[in-house]
Amino acid sequence: MTPEKYRELGLTGEQVRDMYRLMVLARELDKRTWLLNRAGKIPFLVSCQGHEGAQVGAAAALEVGTDLLCPYYRDIAMVLAFGMTPTELMLSNFARAADPNSGGRQMPGHFGSRRLGILTGSSAVGTQITHAVGAALAARMRGETTVVMTCFGEGSGNQGEFHEAANFAGVHKLPVIFFCQNNRYAISVPLEKQVGGGSIAARGQGYGMPGVRVDGNDVLAVYETVRDAVLRARQGEGPTLVEAMTYRLVPHSSDDDDSTYRSREEVEAAKRDDPLLRFGRYLRNVGVMTEADQEALLQKTLAIVDAAVSEAEAAPSPAPESTLEHVYAATREEH
Amino acid sequence: MAVKNYIEAITDALALEMRRDERVFVMGEDVGVRGGVFRATAGLLDEFGPQRVLDTPLAEAGIVGTAIGAALNGMLPVAEIQFVDFILPAVNQIISEAAKIRYRTAGDFHCPIVIRAPYGGGVHGALYHSQCLEALFTHVPGLKVVTPASPYDAKGLLLSAIRDPDPVLFFEHKRCYRLLKGDVPADDYTVPIGKVAVRREGSDITVFSYGLMLHFCQEAAEDLASEGISVHLVDLRTLLPLDRESILAAASRTGKALIVHEDNKTHGIGAEVAALISEEVFFDLDAPIMRLCGPDVPAMPYSSPMEKYYMLDQKKIADKMRELAAF
Repeated sequence: MTPEKYRELGLTGEQVRDMYRLMVLARELDKRTWLLNRAGKIPFLVSCQGHEGAQVGAAAALEVGTDLLCPYYRDIAMVLAFGMTPTELMLSNFARAADPNSGGRQMPGHFGSRRLGILTGSSAVGTQITHAVGAALAARMRGETTVVMTCFGEGSGNQGEFHEAANFAGVHKLPVIFFCQNNRYAISVPLEKQVGGGSIAARGQGYGMPGVRVDGNDVLAVYETVRDAVLRARQGEGPTLVEAMTYRLVPHSSDDDDSTYRSREEVEAAKRDDPLLRFGRYLRNVGVMTEADQEALLQKTLAIVDAAVSEAEAAPSPAPESTLEHVYAATREEH
Repeated sequence: MAVKNYIEAITDALALEMRRDERVFVMGEDVGVRGGVFRATAGLLDEFGPQRVLDTPLAEAGIVGTAIGAALNGMLPVAEIQFVDFILPAVNQIISEAAKIRYRTAGDFHCPIVIRAPYGGGVHGALYHSQCLEALFTHVPGLKVVTPASPYDAKGLLLSAIRDPDPVLFFEHKRCYRLLKGDVPADDYTVPIGKVAVRREGSDITVFSYGLMLHFCQEAAEDLASEGISVHLVDLRTLLPLDRESILAAASRTGKALIVHEDNKTHGIGAEVAALISEEVFFDLDAPIMRLCGPDVPAMPYSSPMEKYYMLDQKKIADKMRELAAF
């Protein structure tokens, strides 16, 4: 990226520093969950490492508080950008009663919060893509300018629901950003065995929308692409499919062993293109942050992570008998 | 009070609720210009426009998933699946999503959608336009499953379904659409979800049914009345949640219970009703609980003699009622 790219995009130094802060926070929270898992304190995790640049770049183009998110399980940085707190994420990791996503009912990575405009999702991949289209339809029926972003991996780009959702949004020109985070693997299955034609973005054309492939490890390139897509959506010009090319730097989940399907050399090469390192280097090069600033930010972030873990670990679990609650509405009044 | 047929009562409910509540809209294949292949949405496009009467692409998972997303964002969608046989691509959305949204968010979100679908046979619909799939969904907590058997109930239950804060599957027996006529008030009224209706008071045997079979049971019960056998006939109306108290009281009343449904027998609604009765009021029974259901074959054949063999009718039901009464 050119030195002054962030200014050309209309971003301030404060904004890009905040984007970097979110990436560091997501990374350190993620790293800590691996430690907690290996220490036997949390049963499971899915990781966002390597995706932080794509997520933060995309989220920065949205209006938090107005726009809606139908996330998928890797969207840790994305939901942080939407306002979820580190403590709330840790409450989810520890399956505590106060977890705002699910009250400890869902696995970590299954985000949802009415307060934050994050629509709930399941583990059945791709289902959330159709929800995004419905949420956008609802917004348009009410004459609102809301844009809905939905995230998914390239693996889910093969699910029928991706195609059904994209087609519906294309027909009705709905304000949806289909944000594919292509990390080249659906657990162990590489891109060339997953995607006929090799490109998710190319599928946009068939559904009447632009499909744009972007370097997902280039935060500002992602921001620029999604910003343009948001603008189109808000002006009533319809959906856009964005394919952010990235890499998952760690195994799929705490139960995966990625050495069984990809070489260490490949992973080490990908680490040299880590979006966090790239963006950190860029911010130093353009003089927005110094090495000392970044070290101070890291220390501050680690303290935030420590506090989040302590608070969540100490928080109470849900009452066992609450297993029976929330099957149906308790009363008819809420409707 | 106007006399309407079953499908007119459904149209009536949709129009009434769309006038009353701006959040309500209908979507599905052919629901707009065509007014639905059975004409359930006839006239709605003219009155409410294409924003609220959406012709969708032919993709059932997309229809239901889109409806769920709209519901999560404040709307009250009524999605039509053209035949219940084609609901299967949307089952992931219904079972993994709609049924679990309240539960998995500990009440932060809920999913007020209605999915309407014609079901049932006896119309030369063959394997893929005749199925009864209600039992697939009655095993799923979080869903409600409603099967009205009269025009009055079709309107009143559909209004309840649209106003219900949880996902409701609203299954309409397609042979009832134009076969049944009855008094349907023009104004707003509801029939509660989760409550049976006693269609005939009796003292010798209790029969539980729903949908088209309820009418065959009614006719059979009249035959038996002339023979001096008194049938207590209960319309289940809602299959999930079951009206447990009323079912138990009706079974205890005669001590002899028969469940009749068109859907095949194994793991069907009858199995659950029978289990409930034997668990709770076993000592009130004077006979084994009996079931009369469709055969355990994959679906209904097209050939008329085969279809007739598959379907229950007044005579088959009357014979079974006599068997239970004589026990």
